[in-house]
Amino acid sequence: MLDTPAENNMLTLSDGSLGVIGSVKTPVNVGQKVKRLYRQIRTENIFKRMLVLMGILMILLVLGILLTLIVESMPSIKALGAKYLWGKTWDPVQDIYGAYPFLLGTLLTSFLALVISIPFSVAIAIFLGEYYPKGWLPDFLKNTVELIAAVPSVIYGFWGLAVLVPLVRSLEIKLGIDPYGVGIFSSALILAVMIIPYAASLGRSVIQMVPSALKEGAYSLGATRWEVIRHIIIPYTKSGLFAGILLSLGRALGETMAVTMVIGNTSIIPKNIFAPGNTMASVIANEFTEADKPVYLSALIELGLVLFLVTVVINMIGKRVISRFTND
Amino acid sequence: MSFITFKIKLAIAAFALISLASCSGGGSSENKNDSTASASSDDNALIGAGSSFDNPLFSKMFSEYNKTNGLKINYQSVGSGAGISQLTNKTVDFGASDAPMNAKQDSAVSAPVLHIPVTAGAVVLSYNLPDVKDTLKLTPAILADIFLGKITKWDDAKIAEVNKGVKLPSTGIVIAHRSDGSGTSNIFTTYLSKVNEEWSTKVGKGSSVNWPVGLGGKGNEGVAGLIKQTPGAIGYIELAYAIQNNMPYAKMQNKAGNFITPSIASVTAAANVTIPADSKISLTNTDAADGYPISGFSWVLIYKEQKYNNRSADRAAKLLKLLSWVIHDGQQYSGALNYAPLSAAAVSTGAAILKSATYDGKPILQ
Repeated sequence: MLDTPAENNMLTLSDGSLGVIGSVKTPVNVGQKVKRLYRQIRTENIFKRMLVLMGILMILLVLGILLTLIVESMPSIKALGAKYLWGKTWDPVQDIYGAYPFLLGTLLTSFLALVISIPFSVAIAIFLGEYYPKGWLPDFLKNTVELIAAVPSVIYGFWGLAVLVPLVRSLEIKLGIDPYGVGIFSSALILAVMIIPYAASLGRSVIQMVPSALKEGAYSLGATRWEVIRHIIIPYTKSGLFAGILLSLGRALGETMAVTMVIGNTSIIPKNIFAPGNTMASVIANEFTEADKPVYLSALIELGLVLFLVTVVINMIGKRVISRFTND
Repeated sequence: MSFITFKIKLAIAAFALISLASCSGGGSSENKNDSTASASSDDNALIGAGSSFDNPLFSKMFSEYNKTNGLKINYQSVGSGAGISQLTNKTVDFGASDAPMNAKQDSAVSAPVLHIPVTAGAVVLSYNLPDVKDTLKLTPAILADIFLGKITKWDDAKIAEVNKGVKLPSTGIVIAHRSDGSGTSNIFTTYLSKVNEEWSTKVGKGSSVNWPVGLGGKGNEGVAGLIKQTPGAIGYIELAYAIQNNMPYAKMQNKAGNFITPSIASVTAAANVTIPADSKISLTNTDAADGYPISGFSWVLIYKEQKYNNRSADRAAKLLKLLSWVIHDGQQYSGALNYAPLSAAAVSTGAAILKSATYDGKPILQ
């Protein structure tokens, strides 16, 4: 049955819906070729339509989430207005909701985590991208860094509570601050560890993409390795490095479980970076199940909306910075 | 090579789409099952949801009941508030809550709901003072001042006055409270509101409140973790959790002026007071002379009229029979799990409430 060339060709086509390479090599007559081309165009079209569909689906999903958040937070927006954003009290008993302490907590922990993580992620990116791109040690390091991203956040929370918090507490005793252990600083440390892989792996791949002609040119002019990194690699890859950092910031903003376990969960505005605080994601996770009043529930959903918008704004600012870097 | 990756991506996309479609299909059909569960043909499986405090006790009770009666009970430990909203949406046969329904929740339900007390629990004050060997004693006034942030050191004169002979350290007090909304917080803040005017006006009672001071931990284990780790910490946790984890807890002065060690017996004693006909009573600060003052009932909630959503008479009868068993024979399983058995007064009130449940206007239990 499979002896005839036509049958054979059919098989190739049905085997892989896009089997262009395989079928071109098979000698066929003109009629069959036209038929085959027609078929090929059809699969191309189907594939293209599917891609468009997936794209539209993603957009609809994001818009749907935004819409749901807006609709569900309407009761709270009506009851509290814009005061919600800078209100300093979160009192479910008297139905007074102010998101300011949590907004501050989210931004403080995330940016502090970012500042702590940048030296590590950039160093790992340069080490793996430039100094030792191959070999068993770099491979091991690369896998380890990727593993950091795969560890569930609740495990970071446990580790933070059991190991990090006592260490921070003894540091606080030395510094003469209230020795809570838990707080903004502990959360930022945990977050810093969690977000390193995002910036590091993106940074590694952009550093590897620096054209070797550029680097070799610099070396032949007598540049040292440090000078090559400083004047060739960093300028060439800065938009990529920045994109990686932005990605890790996004992760830090939304992290919930690990932060909840070590931040101290208080709605009092933090006085310094060692003080306990709270983040928006953490408040939602803590209070959602027992929110027994409509305005309360709605205020929590509005917190989600604010978090969503903060993420969007930070991403937009990041995009602007990236495009400015690239235009230079 | 890029073609191969393309093909793989296409395959992944297609697979994701298919699994998404099948998931949502499966999900919706399941939901359908759930919402019509009360009316479904399987009357041999009841569904309940609510209080996580009740969950260990219910697991034990329902498995024992299943052995003798063959009735399956699926209890979802989702939290009191969520249990009430599931009952409101009529997706469960019964709800369970550590607090009676509030005015807003009452107005949301379409028909009258019965509260049946099923067990009682207590909230204890656990602390971390490694050098203090004696059990600490606390009065309502001291407790409120600590949680209001007015007493900040352990060697404060007020604490020393009731703990004569105990060498108190000069460490600062670190307060630990629940960060998640919970029935435990509700009992504790209800108690403080009752005994302290300032707490009642400044903070109030609820499953989540605006804490004037302190750190929040998620769940009993979160608060217990903060207490264990932080020298000088004090926090409130469930009695059962404190006993199971060997944590020290303070004696509280009750309304009669006695210092009471929290225990199953002293909680049952606190509930041995006149209970109103609807059983919606807070057991905090009761008149019982040997009762622990920070106690509370946990209730099962059912609709008074059991004929709704095409429920069968058989299903309603099974539910009522189960609940009657829970408040009578089922109580024998409480002690071993550190739950306080219902007091005699509570059992008779509960039985009377169960008798008032009807199916199509006719009483179910005789």
